[in-house]
Amino acid sequence: MAEIFNSADTAAFKNVWVFCEQRQGKMMSTTFELISEGRKLADELGVELCGILLGDDVDGIAGELGGYGADRVYVYNSPLLKNYTTDAYTKVVVDAVQAIKPEILLFGASNIGRDLAPRCAARLHTGLCADCTHLDVDLNGYVEFLRTGSSLDVDNTNFESKQFDVNTNLKMTRPAFGGHLMATIVCPRFRPAMATVRPGVMKRGAYDEAKAKAVEIVHPVFELSVADVKTEVLDVVKAAKKLVDLIGADYIVSVGRGIAKDVEGGIKLAEELAAELGGVVGSSRAVVDAGWLSADHQVGQTGKTVHPKVYIALGISGAIQHKAGMQDSECIIAVNKNDGAPIFEIADYGICGDLFKVVPELIESVRAAKAAK
Amino acid sequence: MKIIVTVKQVPDTSGKVAVNPDGTLDRASMQTIINPDDMNAVEAALTLKDQLGCKVVAFTMGPPPAEGMLRELMAMGVDEGVLISGREFGGSDTYATSQIVAAGIDTYGVDQDDIIFSGRQAIDGDTAQVGPQIAEKLHLPQVSYAGEIKRDGSSLIVKRMLEDGYMLVKVQTPCLITCVKELNEPRYMTVRGIEECFSKPLTVMSYETLKDHPLIDPTTIGLKGSPTNIYKSFTPPQKGIGVMLEGDGKDTTDKLVGILSAKHII
Repeated sequence: MAEIFNSADTAAFKNVWVFCEQRQGKMMSTTFELISEGRKLADELGVELCGILLGDDVDGIAGELGGYGADRVYVYNSPLLKNYTTDAYTKVVVDAVQAIKPEILLFGASNIGRDLAPRCAARLHTGLCADCTHLDVDLNGYVEFLRTGSSLDVDNTNFESKQFDVNTNLKMTRPAFGGHLMATIVCPRFRPAMATVRPGVMKRGAYDEAKAKAVEIVHPVFELSVADVKTEVLDVVKAAKKLVDLIGADYIVSVGRGIAKDVEGGIKLAEELAAELGGVVGSSRAVVDAGWLSADHQVGQTGKTVHPKVYIALGISGAIQHKAGMQDSECIIAVNKNDGAPIFEIADYGICGDLFKVVPELIESVRAAKAAK
Repeated sequence: MKIIVTVKQVPDTSGKVAVNPDGTLDRASMQTIINPDDMNAVEAALTLKDQLGCKVVAFTMGPPPAEGMLRELMAMGVDEGVLISGREFGGSDTYATSQIVAAGIDTYGVDQDDIIFSGRQAIDGDTAQVGPQIAEKLHLPQVSYAGEIKRDGSSLIVKRMLEDGYMLVKVQTPCLITCVKELNEPRYMTVRGIEECFSKPLTVMSYETLKDHPLIDPTTIGLKGSPTNIYKSFTPPQKGIGVMLEGDGKDTTDKLVGILSAKHII
């Protein structure tokens, strides 16, 4: 590169980029959520939205990104990019950022995004905010978000800053301290402003066939050799068991420690209720830690963030870490023996009782209601 | 050969968390613990020490009381502790923190057959960024989310956990590995370890110690040097308490399903 890259020359950076994560040639669904969110940010800034897609022969999945709002996709194909490696992906992303200079760069907070993004940020000398749950450029939009999304008295809060332009800098909001606090982070002095975004939080927009056809696919020249990659991927193994799709589910029936007296029976009841509603079974962390259900069922700060139409919490006390993953569900129903359980504080409907008594009755009631329709 | 472990003392967020009126954390009223994922990193290091007899050095950055945590780790079997501590380092974000810790590790020295273990993430920030950023600053390869580690000559074969399975990754030393809780079951302190821990070497690295290292630049460390800043912090909204239904019989569940059907929720 002729000139020295300077991340502090903020005026030289333009456009919103999304790192488009694919595995085995298949786009990760979080990518589409990020493209939809990136479109919103690009519109607020009045700039273009670009995807950056790395893989081996992945042109075929680039068009789809246009359908969700990307104006352009930079595609980097190489056998060395077939499987994710920190070294190869960091080099290509960093070289691309240094050459083309986006002002915002988003990654999904997957186990890969959270490996790649920090490495890139460290090499680019810029800031990275982890695991964001809300993003804003426009200040008015941010204030409106806080009106319902925080306990702040927004009308008596000063949003101005002497240090930076509050209306053009990306405001990245994320939970901290296990969800007890929320913080909005800015990266005013360096570019790109980088964030990893929690999967399942941003809403995927509508797909537009015409835009998918119109998207511009670009293949920049890039350098990558075997010597750049210090690790070797020996094997990629998919989990044999089909994992539960909590994020896409409209109905989630979750179990907690309350099933302890009859674990198998409790899980069976939850499965029956979920089947009756056309939903899936989730769980609290305690259930996964005890080995009663596998980790893919876990809802909460260290598990998945979900917002189904209905979330039914059975025998879950409602630790803040669990609430952090489900409190934005449209309707929350809690069944718990302890009428002081914190889960009732956020439940729309609560029943104080033994789940082993209540759930069979609830299943009967749902069946009867369906039969009556 | 030696093994370096990075550890952090964190407030215990699993219990009651106290928040100040201004929306910051009331750290003074909270218990501190060793970050849980870091315990898995320590165990990974001690497991290798058991097999190979190599030295294990724990690095932490924090205020002077973090020495207590290092002594606890020594009672588990860690041989040496390094406490990076200084007012100049306070308020650092992940970028600035990784520069300082990397400068400390580099000052201590990394040899060709060394391994650095870190926890996947800390429970106060949950960022998972400092491990990879230390690796970048030290120009070392990294493997994150390690669920299983095997030695193969001078390299490691790591089962790198993914949401939908895993990768098997081969990496040469020196390297940095971040550890998840599935990796192992951390051991306890031993009585003999507790007796010995206060006679093991502990080094404090201050700003004075590190200030000539190329990674330590006043404009890139501490609160002022951090690329990211906190714009606002706040507590999540309290959702209003909903309807508590009377009783736990069939008529109660009928009533609930009736309400949900009427609202077209089910």
